Amino acid sequence: MSPSTSGAPRHLPAEREGAWEVVIGMEVHVQPKTRSKMFCGCAVAPLNAPPNTYTCEVCLGMPGVLPAINIAAVEACLKTALALSCEIPRHTKFDRKNYMYPDLPKGYQISQYDLPMSVNGHIEVGGRTVRIRRVHLEEDTGKLVHAGDKLHRAWESYVDLNRAGVPLMEIVSEPDLRSADEARDYAMELRTVLRNIGASEADMEKGQMRVEPNISVRKVGSSGLGVKTELKNINSFRALHRAISYEVARHVEVLQSGGAVVQETRGWSEDEQRTFSQRSKEFAEDYRYFPEPDLPPLELDRAWIEELRRNLPELPAVTRAALEKELPAAVAALIGESRDLTELYRQTIARGASSTATANWIVNEVAPSGKIPSPDNLAELVRFLEDGAITRDQGREVLAESVETGRTPAEIVAEHGFRQTSDPSELLVIAEAVIDANPKAASDYRAGKTQAIYVLVKDFRARAPQANPKVANELLTKLLS
Amino acid sequence: MPLSKDEVRHVALLARLGLEPGEEELYAEQLSGILGHIDRLQKLNTDDIAPTAQVVEVASRLRDDEPRASLSQAEALANAPAQHDGFFRVPSIQEEA
Amino acid sequence: MTSDDLTRITVKEALRLLRLGTISSADLVTAHVERIERLDSKVKAYLRFTPELWEKQAAEADRKLRAGAGGPLAGIPMAVKDVLCVQGVETTAGSQILKGYRPPYTATAVQRLFEAGAVMIGVTNCDEFAMGSSTENSSYFPTRNPWDLARVPGGSSGGSAAAVAAGEAMIALGTDTGGSIRQPAALCGVVGMKPTYGRVSRYGLIAFASSLDQIGPFARSVDDAAVVLSVMSGLDALDSTSADRAPMEVLNSFDRGVKGMRLGLPREYYEVEGVEPGVKAAIDAALVVLQKEGAEIVDVSLPHSDYGLAAYYIIAPAECSSNLARFDGVKYGLSEVDARNITDLYMHTRRKGFGAEVRRRVMLGTYALSSGYYDAYYLKAQKVRTLIKRDFDEAFQKCDAIVSATSPTVAFPLGAKTQDPLAMYLNDVLTLGGNLAGLPGISVPCGTSDGLPVGLQVLGPQWGENVVLRVARAYEEASEIKPEVADVA
Repeated sequence: MSPSTSGAPRHLPAEREGAWEVVIGMEVHVQPKTRSKMFCGCAVAPLNAPPNTYTCEVCLGMPGVLPAINIAAVEACLKTALALSCEIPRHTKFDRKNYMYPDLPKGYQISQYDLPMSVNGHIEVGGRTVRIRRVHLEEDTGKLVHAGDKLHRAWESYVDLNRAGVPLMEIVSEPDLRSADEARDYAMELRTVLRNIGASEADMEKGQMRVEPNISVRKVGSSGLGVKTELKNINSFRALHRAISYEVARHVEVLQSGGAVVQETRGWSEDEQRTFSQRSKEFAEDYRYFPEPDLPPLELDRAWIEELRRNLPELPAVTRAALEKELPAAVAALIGESRDLTELYRQTIARGASSTATANWIVNEVAPSGKIPSPDNLAELVRFLEDGAITRDQGREVLAESVETGRTPAEIVAEHGFRQTSDPSELLVIAEAVIDANPKAASDYRAGKTQAIYVLVKDFRARAPQANPKVANELLTKLLS
Repeated sequence: MPLSKDEVRHVALLARLGLEPGEEELYAEQLSGILGHIDRLQKLNTDDIAPTAQVVEVASRLRDDEPRASLSQAEALANAPAQHDGFFRVPSIQEEA
Repeated sequence: MTSDDLTRITVKEALRLLRLGTISSADLVTAHVERIERLDSKVKAYLRFTPELWEKQAAEADRKLRAGAGGPLAGIPMAVKDVLCVQGVETTAGSQILKGYRPPYTATAVQRLFEAGAVMIGVTNCDEFAMGSSTENSSYFPTRNPWDLARVPGGSSGGSAAAVAAGEAMIALGTDTGGSIRQPAALCGVVGMKPTYGRVSRYGLIAFASSLDQIGPFARSVDDAAVVLSVMSGLDALDSTSADRAPMEVLNSFDRGVKGMRLGLPREYYEVEGVEPGVKAAIDAALVVLQKEGAEIVDVSLPHSDYGLAAYYIIAPAECSSNLARFDGVKYGLSEVDARNITDLYMHTRRKGFGAEVRRRVMLGTYALSSGYYDAYYLKAQKVRTLIKRDFDEAFQKCDAIVSATSPTVAFPLGAKTQDPLAMYLNDVLTLGGNLAGLPGISVPCGTSDGLPVGLQVLGPQWGENVVLRVARAYEEASEIKPEVADVA
């Protein structure tokens, strides 16, 4: 029997959309937190600075100028590399990437080609390990403004070189992401890490973080890679998710209709919610990389790297894992996202406060207010509450006042005469008065409408703020049964 | 190895150098002559030789992250062939020749 | 002493007279300006003059000198090659593409000379972007050799060499990428020195080939060149390739003579193809002088010399193709800004703005770096550079300094080599090895051939400026061949 060689198109199950696997790699450009530019002393321009007001002969690419490397940019790149568990080779160097464009004043970009600052790292995102290929340093280009409208071809462009020479770290992942969700989570996790270690503000809307996913699809079970496209102009996590979803659907559609995906760079249009081809060059660029002769190879001081490694704050993933041993996952995630909250939590429980109560107060009261109390004061407050010495409502007041004035909870409690009463003999009179004053709620409760109890509880709190809510509740239900 | 006219055209485009009429032939001839001399390098076996990008060993130096005064907008644009509202002005960004 | 005599003395002598109060800086400047007015229409060493600078700087120098102060070059008239940026002074690298360009800053080396009291007279002519060996590639006009106006001064720093030779400046600055200081110094009969790569900051030097370029002095005595060099030397935070070495080390025991020194004579240089008999004879005579002074001449070999020119003509053009990409008609200089699109802006601006030799090298360098050719050309040339560096390292195991002719020929007639790029490149065959290996080198006058100056080149190991100066100074003293001011006719 010979195998079927029928040429008739067959719609195999494996070719249906669900049977395609998505493969995504990410290139993320991040502006490290520095005061001056990558290779010159110009300050980093604030957003919306007038054009060409943060430039000098160096970043304008005047004849005769030379670059000098900013130590803060190198430090931010090393911290990022260490946070992403990268190897930091002994020898690294800068190279020139040659191409002419009006936003590139020297006609080349100083970047890193074959000996980047760091290689072979990884990061955990939602239980998946994403490998980091490299993190390197380079310089940003200027900005172009196009004059004209869409009907007529733009007839001139304007060049602002304020951004030219601003430092950039490029973080390149391996194609280890498998969905738009994962890609977005990866980018968000990177942002959290960068902020946590103080390497960058990583604000996408301010252009401090630019995300360029490259996307391909392949049949499930296949190990080869499909033809990829690279997406640009993405300026929010939401846009990232949408752009990838759109592009994945486009790839699948092209392939299922028998077409071939073209390897290219595509832009994301926020207005039209679609990607579009950005191929505007009539021939492939040839960047003619070669070692930057104006900068000696960098041999970074190993002791400095070790010091940075030692001083690196705990990574968010590690923090979360540690918190999850004591706290529910959702609470651990909320606290773990912020270094300040994590520190507050740890130091408060180190002073003997209960972990659950401390965590609850941090999540429900401290985090929403954005004001951080001292661990001493929070620990004291939690102990008052745990001991039943004051009520929750009183606790909130104490917390607010303590943050405001810096005074201790004990002082505030004493001054206001806050206390909590749990004595049934003292509270019974009040419970009886509450029931008398709310005959409808009382009869509703008796008739089985248990929610009616809240009306009574509210009145009880109004009449006796110092009452222990648990005891009050018990008295009310007992009287009504 | 001699350079063809097509290669000359390609290199000129990469270098963004306009050519005058007849210069393709001229450059093909002159560059081929120079490359003819340069091809003697291929006779040397350099398999185990490390390349030299910089010949003097200078310790790598890093600059402190201290901002310095920038040029004023007028100074930055003082040599500009064309400007518009504080920007350098250029023709439209269209790649077709 | 007549005013014209003031253009014939050395810096050392001038400083003595200035400090005595016998003359003023203003006198020196006037003497040079008068000579320029008389001669420069023939020599054409200068592209432009800087009267506002010389007036201010001479007055300042005289004020300090009267107060018993003033730096090591107080009041000394100086010419600056058109590739070194001076704030507010038109600086064009000999090119139309930079016509009208006024830098907003001053090159570090020039700034240091200003601070030492030097007085800038003007900007000297050179081959466009320092690419050439005759100054005929200047986009403005060729400079003439003061000893024979029908001949070239050498290049690329031909204007600076000619200015010093003609008594139109006491000292001048040049740049040397493959011999561009030493070769014109030889052809014009003056002292010219290229320092170790990294000795002098390149900040403000309009780059030709970044890994080879160095700034250096022209003067009419070894002592004068040494002083100018020491003033310019030393670490500059703006040039990451500048070395943290004491400026004064270039003068370390440089006046001790050559007794007991071993001077290497590389046979590849001595017997170089195309060396003129008159040049060879002058060098032989110089070797005899040095031997009489107690130096030992030893045979050394630089076996990869034959590959130097080929490696150089990959590396230098490759770097220049990148360095010259900034000349795009956007930020400064010539621009075809009304072109219909950006590609046309580039193509037309660069066709109009760059001369033939510059375009030839940009093409060659672009090709050598392009995809598919990088390994065969650029990487190969870098490896050969390693071999050439090793040759010198080994030679310096056997000798303290290397001696040879600076140029295989004396000054040649204008136009003799302009049609044959390769023949022009061969002018650099004895000098470019020093650039590839980053070595200090000097050219000192060592007599004449057919009435035209011949230069003796001394190369030293890296950071061995003092060794090079020591040999050159001993030769200058013993030979009694003092650099003279040409009687331009």
